[in-house]
Amino acid sequence: MKIVLRLAWRNLWRHPRRTWLTTGAMVFSNILLVFMISLQFGMYGLMIDNALQIFTGHMQVQAPDYKDDQKMRQIVPDIVPLAKTIREELDSEMVAARGLTFALASSEERSFGIGIYGVEPEFEARVSNIPGLVSTGRYLAESDAAEIVIGGVLARNLRVGVGDELTLLGSGLDGSFAATVVDIVGVFDSGVNDIDRNIAEIPIGLFQDTFFMEGAGHQIVIVGDGLGAVPELQARVQSVLPADSNLVVPDWDELLPGLKQAIQADMGSSFFMYFVLVVLVSFSVLNTQLMSVLERTREFGIVMALGLKPGRLGRLVVLETAMMGLIGTAIGIVAGGIVTSWFTTNGLAFPGMDEMAARFNLPARMYPEINAFTLLAGPAIVFIFTMLAAIYPAVRLRWQNPVDAMRVA
Amino acid sequence: MSAVRCVDLCKTYRQGDQDIKALDHVSIEIGKGEFVCLSAPSGGGKTTLLNAIGGLDIPDSGEVYVDGERIDNLSKGELADLRLQHIGFVFQAYNLIPVLSARENVEFVMQVQGMPAAERREKSNAILKEVGLEGLEGRRPAEMSGGQQQRVAVARAIASRPALVLADEPTANLDSKTADELMELFTLLNKHHNTTFVIATHDQRVMTYAGRLIRMLDGRIVDDIDQRAA
Repeated sequence: MKIVLRLAWRNLWRHPRRTWLTTGAMVFSNILLVFMISLQFGMYGLMIDNALQIFTGHMQVQAPDYKDDQKMRQIVPDIVPLAKTIREELDSEMVAARGLTFALASSEERSFGIGIYGVEPEFEARVSNIPGLVSTGRYLAESDAAEIVIGGVLARNLRVGVGDELTLLGSGLDGSFAATVVDIVGVFDSGVNDIDRNIAEIPIGLFQDTFFMEGAGHQIVIVGDGLGAVPELQARVQSVLPADSNLVVPDWDELLPGLKQAIQADMGSSFFMYFVLVVLVSFSVLNTQLMSVLERTREFGIVMALGLKPGRLGRLVVLETAMMGLIGTAIGIVAGGIVTSWFTTNGLAFPGMDEMAARFNLPARMYPEINAFTLLAGPAIVFIFTMLAAIYPAVRLRWQNPVDAMRVA
Repeated sequence: MSAVRCVDLCKTYRQGDQDIKALDHVSIEIGKGEFVCLSAPSGGGKTTLLNAIGGLDIPDSGEVYVDGERIDNLSKGELADLRLQHIGFVFQAYNLIPVLSARENVEFVMQVQGMPAAERREKSNAILKEVGLEGLEGRRPAEMSGGQQQRVAVARAIASRPALVLADEPTANLDSKTADELMELFTLLNKHHNTTFVIATHDQRVMTYAGRLIRMLDGRIVDDIDQRAA
């Protein structure tokens, strides 16, 4: 073993308690970082999945300007056959066509302006969790039936229930007056007030007939195997679209920019907190190393007198810090990984969380998402800051004069 | 060519409001293989002179030559190289590295020099035997007596066969028997290896071993005696 390496290792264990205390601070912060970052990413995954499962899907086929200007005329022609083609090409049933308009829904007593989705009942459940959230009655059954499912809040506002009739009044694609009468077959409760108050779904055939869509719709929703598969799936969908069409395939990030911004804002505040933690640990390391260098001033004078260059002494201090940092990082990653892995299987719940989660249609337990990034990012940053903390004690040695150093008691 | 040559060295320290002349126009020349004692009362300038010769301290003015090379204008790194390759140090307080064993302390300089492990081991075994520490190679400084530690320090200083050994009060912390043994060892090494020894001391018995005695007072050389002639 090289002499500097051997010296560094033995110096590290001159004061085992001090070394372990400093290493312990690093281990603790590493465990905390691994767990918190994993939990955070798990929550983001849940937030994204939850947001996308309601309506958006991983991507949609739309008219080019529909995303920014949801007008009735921004259509996807022959939408149901196109959705069928995409399903066949992708060999996936997680593809569903939709139309969307805004209309006046009237019961015997009240009227409200709502958003009406025309959906393919057979496939909607594959891309949206609304069909699964029907709490009273049933979901839509046939593509042409004159039936509707509405949100629970809307049902209360309209004072209607399953079996009652609603009259829908709106504008057709050509601007003409459109109206139909539908039977309420189901009421859903998504837990999201805006959706439960403002949204209703009818079969796409009825939608196209009522609003004179001539076979058109507004969005084909596609769900893939996960967020990681989105770019490839997006390219495949794009290739399926008719060559002469100008349809676009925005992904979830484009469709819900607010979601990513919310996540980024949350990440920003969390990472500031982590930064403070890392800085505190770095100061603990700086304190230890500075103390260690100061108490060995005489010894450093001796080895300089024997012919060791100040630069090599600086490397010795850096090496000691690196050894301590590596021990803290290794133990932190392993312990953090074990703790986090346990929670990825068993989940994490707080008192009263299940009730709150149910309101937002979230699972009652949170599950951390463990991957290379969540496992290594925090400890890597702690290690880098630990090494930065070694710079000052190491550089300080460069100015040390052997005679002055040896005079220190 | 002389082993050491100092020309008109001056060094002043500031102590409180006072300027203390540690070296006051000192000029000496020490030949290769000489065994020299620098004698002075405390504060007489012997350690400062020793430090200047060893490149541990830079004089305010004057010139220092070691083995014909001027060293007072060298950089810190160059001085470290000079000490590593040409000079062995023995200090009053032993100054061993506490986390290394006796053998590792002895091998330290050789290892920094880049000597292969087998050669290092061979040399350290031989030198530890020579200084009477056979069987104690694995002990750390804290597990040895003062005399044993000083022997390790001597072994470390001479293990790489430096041309010049500088010793600052090497017997100050030793009993008279151990001090005599150490001085006999120095004398032996001086004769066998033609190593130049410069020893700073105020111990009368140590001075009797020296071939040449240089007396200092208040930073000046006041006497330079060839004891062999006497």
